[in-house]
Amino acid sequence: MSKREDKSQAMKKAELASLLMQGIDPSLDPQALQGLLAKTQAAQEAVVSRDGQFLRWQDRIIEEIIPPAASVLDLGCGNGELLARLIEIKQVHGQGVELDPEAVLQCVDRGVPVFQTDLDRGLLGFPDQSFDYVVLEETLQTLHRPIQVLEEMLRIGRQGIVSFPNFGYWRVRLELALEGYMPCTEWLPYQWYDTPNIHLFTIQDFDDWAKSNAITINSGHVLTEGEVRKLQPGDNLYAEEVLLVVEKNGK
Amino acid sequence: MTADSKAYDPPESANSVGYTVAENLRIATAEDPLVLDSGGKLGPVDVEYETYGKLSPNKDNAVLICHALSGDAHVAGWEKDPETTGRLWRKRKPGWWDPVIGPGKAIDTDKYFVICANNLGSCYGTTSPSSLNPATGKEYGLAFPAVTIHDWVVMQSRLLRHLGIDCLHAVIGGSLGGQQALEWALCCPQCVRKSIVLAASSRLSAQGLAFNAVGRTAIMNDPNFNNGDYYHTTPPRDGLAAARMLAHITYLSDEAMHEKFGRRLRNKVKPDFGFDIEFEVESYLDYQGRSFVERFDANSYLYITRAMDYYDAAEKWGGGDLVAACSRIQSEVMVVSFSSDWLYPPQECMELALAISRNSKPVNYINVPSHYGHDAFLVETEAVGRLMQSFLKST
Repeated sequence: MSKREDKSQAMKKAELASLLMQGIDPSLDPQALQGLLAKTQAAQEAVVSRDGQFLRWQDRIIEEIIPPAASVLDLGCGNGELLARLIEIKQVHGQGVELDPEAVLQCVDRGVPVFQTDLDRGLLGFPDQSFDYVVLEETLQTLHRPIQVLEEMLRIGRQGIVSFPNFGYWRVRLELALEGYMPCTEWLPYQWYDTPNIHLFTIQDFDDWAKSNAITINSGHVLTEGEVRKLQPGDNLYAEEVLLVVEKNGK
Repeated sequence: MTADSKAYDPPESANSVGYTVAENLRIATAEDPLVLDSGGKLGPVDVEYETYGKLSPNKDNAVLICHALSGDAHVAGWEKDPETTGRLWRKRKPGWWDPVIGPGKAIDTDKYFVICANNLGSCYGTTSPSSLNPATGKEYGLAFPAVTIHDWVVMQSRLLRHLGIDCLHAVIGGSLGGQQALEWALCCPQCVRKSIVLAASSRLSAQGLAFNAVGRTAIMNDPNFNNGDYYHTTPPRDGLAAARMLAHITYLSDEAMHEKFGRRLRNKVKPDFGFDIEFEVESYLDYQGRSFVERFDANSYLYITRAMDYYDAAEKWGGGDLVAACSRIQSEVMVVSFSSDWLYPPQECMELALAISRNSKPVNYINVPSHYGHDAFLVETEAVGRLMQSFLKST
């Protein structure tokens, strides 16, 4: 393919992208779309912690949400970084659950209590409403039985904090529509064959499930074009990542 | 149980605790006897123990190691004078957990004051069925009272009192030793900061009870057993060897046996169609059985397997409810299981951890992938060492 053809292809795609986006969100003009594309380049800068180490944006929001001395169960706690910070900063009663052997070792090394088990095999041992918060950070989409884990989360926890990548995000939609490939972004840096994300869904999907299962979304935050802000209507298209605080009604 | 032989740290190595000499202390007398779980009283009681490292001025760095069925107080380093003690096998190898205990090792003797005591009823210097019964002037034999894991903890706590230690930084044990670590956490919750329970659950399964029963039957049906009174005649060597062979099968896994021996014949290419040793695995078990009788007393085997049978943490502390029992625990607990262990299977170890967690207490539960079976707690020294080192240091 010659460079000229490349260029005309790219232009075609840009036009198509504008058309598609306007079709999905009539309030969006092509210039705003260009602005979006430009902003995305700098997105990664927003996810650096105060120590200069890589930190998930969700961790900072969770730190704000959780009050001092609360009890926190972190499902899929990874290397225990979040719990270690919560224990240090908020003096929480923390318990992690993790399957990966190396991550478990790192938890023990950090002094984060960790229970090594497979979330997909159930958490029947934890009593009802025994934690103030149950955290499920970037884990739901990797589970074989996500609904069972969500139900367990809201049985064990008075509130649940769940975060996941939003597959309704506009770049994800365009990539599939225009390129014909499964999306590969900073937050979804996987190929189809090595992705741990086996259940793909959007904010809207989750919202529908919550509504039909008597679950209230108390609050939400999103990552959009490198910026973290409160969840707004229409974010199913603009949020790359989402974090929701949820609660089972009528407990 | 024996770990696979590896390169040992020689006594002069910077990582070895060096040459060791056991101490012996009378912790109970006829006037001040040990009151046992069984209702009986025992005195005098002498305890053989070893220590490594230095007790800190605040006495807050003591780590108690609890040994398993066939273990002893010699947990690290090289015995200074095996000829005198008659424990000649100790010329060939260091203490049973030497890879993890020593200067700079996982249980760092530069930091911690490490104590290990031989348990009541065992045959390595602590009062046992082979000790003289002051009432008769003869060896106790089967007149020795039944002992339990709780009795061992009481014995250990008396020893610690003599050493001036009120509170342990940690109690650590594997298998039957793990159950002692658990019993410490339940029985003396305020005296333990950290408990490490390796390859052990709150009680032995029916299958485990069954294996122990077969082992004891082999000993008691040996024509030389003589109702436990054999200290001046030939001991029931064949029975004890058979018990050890059987037990050894439960310490390995099918996978490990397959890998180590397969169906290979021993020093031959064709079978002899006889009943002598034909297969490698037979030769291995035969060796395990024969070497065990050189170093172990059959009566001790009976008493210790019974202690293993009787232990039930839920029954003792929770009226049968393990969650209720675990509400007593105040120490931080780490429970470690091994994926191919079928004597104390991962599921049962996890249930113990869950029972602790159901009391809203933080707990660590780790299932180490290993094909070494129950023996993994002694063999997987790298994985176990790393976990213990991290857990001991965390605040």
